Amino acid sequence: MGKLGEAGLAATAGPARTLGMEGECRASQARSWGLPAGGAGGDSPGGDAPLPGSISSSSLLQAEVLDLDEDEDDLEVFSKDASLMDMNSFSPLMPTSPLSMINQVKFEDEPDLKDLFITVDEPESHVTTIETFITYRIITKTSRGEFDSSEFEVRRRYQDFLWLKEKLEEAHPTLIIPPLPEKFIVKGMVERFNDDFIETRRKALHKFLNRIADHPTLTFNEDFKIFLTAQASEFSSHKKQGPGLLSRMGQSVRAVALSMRGVKSRPEEFMEMNNFIEIFSQKINLIDKISQRIYKEEREYLDEMKEYGPIHILWSASEEDLADTLKSVASCIDKCCKATEKRMSGFSEALLPVVHEYVLYSEMLMAVMKRRDQIQAELDSKVEALTSKKADTDLLTEEIGKLEDKVECANNALKADWERWKQNMQNDIKSAFTNMAEENILYYEQCLATWESFLTSQTDLHLEEASEDKL
Amino acid sequence: MEQAAPDPERLWQPAPLEPLSHPDAGLESMVGEETKGARDEGPGDGTMTENNFSLKKIEISVSEAEKRTGRNAMNMQETYTAYLIETRSVEHNDGQSVLTDSLWRRYSEFELLRNYLLVYYPHIVVPPLPEKRAEFVWHKLSADNMDPDFVERRRIGLENFLLRVASHPILCRDKIFYLFLTQEGNWKETVNETGFQLKADSRLKALNATFRVKNPDKRFIELKHYSDELQSVISHLLRVRARVADRLYGVYKVHGNYGRVFSEWSAIEKEMGDGLQSAGHHMDVYASSIDDILEDEEHYADQLKEYLFYAEALRAVCRKHELMQYDLEMAAQDLASKKQQCEELATGTVRTFSLKGMTTKLFGQETPEQREARIKMLEEQIKEGEQQLKSKNLEGREFVRNAWADIERFKEQKNHDLKEALISYAVMQISMCKKAIWDVLKDCAVLFFFCAPSGRKKS
Repeated sequence: MGKLGEAGLAATAGPARTLGMEGECRASQARSWGLPAGGAGGDSPGGDAPLPGSISSSSLLQAEVLDLDEDEDDLEVFSKDASLMDMNSFSPLMPTSPLSMINQVKFEDEPDLKDLFITVDEPESHVTTIETFITYRIITKTSRGEFDSSEFEVRRRYQDFLWLKEKLEEAHPTLIIPPLPEKFIVKGMVERFNDDFIETRRKALHKFLNRIADHPTLTFNEDFKIFLTAQASEFSSHKKQGPGLLSRMGQSVRAVALSMRGVKSRPEEFMEMNNFIEIFSQKINLIDKISQRIYKEEREYLDEMKEYGPIHILWSASEEDLADTLKSVASCIDKCCKATEKRMSGFSEALLPVVHEYVLYSEMLMAVMKRRDQIQAELDSKVEALTSKKADTDLLTEEIGKLEDKVECANNALKADWERWKQNMQNDIKSAFTNMAEENILYYEQCLATWESFLTSQTDLHLEEASEDKL
Repeated sequence: MEQAAPDPERLWQPAPLEPLSHPDAGLESMVGEETKGARDEGPGDGTMTENNFSLKKIEISVSEAEKRTGRNAMNMQETYTAYLIETRSVEHNDGQSVLTDSLWRRYSEFELLRNYLLVYYPHIVVPPLPEKRAEFVWHKLSADNMDPDFVERRRIGLENFLLRVASHPILCRDKIFYLFLTQEGNWKETVNETGFQLKADSRLKALNATFRVKNPDKRFIELKHYSDELQSVISHLLRVRARVADRLYGVYKVHGNYGRVFSEWSAIEKEMGDGLQSAGHHMDVYASSIDDILEDEEHYADQLKEYLFYAEALRAVCRKHELMQYDLEMAAQDLASKKQQCEELATGTVRTFSLKGMTTKLFGQETPEQREARIKMLEEQIKEGEQQLKSKNLEGREFVRNAWADIERFKEQKNHDLKEALISYAVMQISMCKKAIWDVLKDCAVLFFFCAPSGRKKS
């Protein structure tokens, strides 16, 4: 796969070309064209990419200039087939480095800034007389001074994660806390402890903890630290501290009452934010549904396709001259099935979880918005009380002062976190769809190669037979 | 039914008794071209020999289809589709074609033609017609005969039928076929006047023969098995293909739903807006691309269907052989029993049971004169029977020879055509993959390059 692409990607061909000619232009190395080259590949695509869609003939010639010692058979196949492909008006020299082009914009985390590494794995089932539940192993590696050690291993269950999330929400009401996977999946689940369900949940929990670790504020939260490090008994006694259930309930009733007031006096920027959240939530939910449906349809397509190949084998049993051709067709179909399976697993690993996480995030955002509004409403009600009652003015003024600080803090925290969240969201979504596009291209490339090699084998045979006849 | 040598009146020139064992160089080369060109949409070539001296090429095409209304046999209004058949003759020297005939025919007339050919050429694997009703449909295709896609595919199928007949070394010379192409009015009457319906073998008789025949030619037994297998496997293939098409259609169309959502989402995004728009557009393009893909596949399915129906034609030839063989066996048996009767009467011994024998025993012997008369009658019958048996034998062997020659021709055609069909399937897949790759790159290029993320913000 050493050929250079065409069509508007000529811009990236610029810096890439020089890199390519110095080294070897191979797809396997293409993946490293991105960031490590000192940002040369990284910045230019964003900066000076011209309008795509125009085929630059000069880029087509690059194929000859570059070192093409690998996959020359591919090149021959393409030029031979040019006569057969009468339907395609675009060049038979397909850009077979599309994967490499896509990979140029994938960015890796800057590893040097991370000092807290968390993994969630090894789900284990525990059976007691009262209940059955699953725990997950959590391994933490860190170089931070405030941690007593550099490595920790604990076991936690879903309830514990829930506790952590609530503590974080309490401590930082207007920060965007990462979402937890759902408690139950309503439709299609018979048993809570189905393997797929557990694996999906494990991955989501892993994401959850890592997002907290990456958050500039949340990562230093004390409860978070205890969650990661405390052994069983210490952890359960720690959990029992803090405001009880009744007080929490009381808070939420007040909260609902207040939040209604908060909406009216919402500053402009938060109105915009709210608008965005509403629309975003709607769209991401739709995308989630559509994506699930696509997965289901593809599954059914694959099931039918798997039956299609073997029929050709069956047929070949009653034929003589046609037997080989039929068997080849069957094997091509089987290969395409495998490629489909691969694409589907990519879909379910790269796209579905990301979209679903953002569905949960959108719910989280609405809750954050409400909490901000509550805090604002608290202030507003005190201000109102001050203007109307005129009693205890000093006390009220003092309280108002504190509340004003509180509101300002909350608003600033939200604003900053909002920008950060938006940036992450864009990266994640782009990355997810880029992955999907990559998977698709890979799939089509594999199918293309399969059928093209079938075609050459058939036309070669034809030429062989023709020359035999002449003898 | 005995028809080894075609009736001279039905041909333009008397056909040699064994047309296929002496390959006619002119015909052979034309046939080779015909089978290749038979699937093209454009006009194909057929050859007619006149006087064996000059070869005039003709081009046949079914160029149009038209909806018509008329009154049927019961004087009720009906709607049907008529097809325009155009015949052009091509001057061998300058290659220019002149329209010689053009007329309209409906599907039932094609059926009539084919039934006629089946009766008068039982040793030939007669090309099949396109299906009467749409079968192996997947959900998008309607099973309605008036549906324009169906009509179009049928038009191509009918043209293909005519080209196959025209390129067959024997069938192409049939007069009724010639009149089908040239004589619009009165053709139906002409066909019916041949009385071919009466000459057709009864289905019951044929079925009986199939079960009771003792010694059919082994090759025909094998051929029958082959045609059964072919029919079974192609049906299965077409069924699964239809299901696969249905599912694939679902996948593509669901993707289309993304289009609008992305577009609406892009309205609230700043940096990512263009990328989302582009992705949305890509989804729309993707979703609509399935229509062309499946239409192409439908043509592929039609090629397979032709050979599905050809399997039936093969079986018809086998059935004819079985019938002739059974007829022969019965005639031989009849002759043998008559000979035995004769012998018994002559020698006076009764080896076989007969009612006459019993009554004679019970009620008295017959007179010598009576016996003589009976012997004489039997001897005449035996003589006649031996003649018949001889000619039946000859006919039978002739049939087997001719039929087998056509079957060999058919086998080559089948192998060639099906291989081409499979290759065309691969070509379809290749072009589909290339287009898909191109679409992804084109549309998603904006997503990748216009809004490259500027890295994650950490602290």
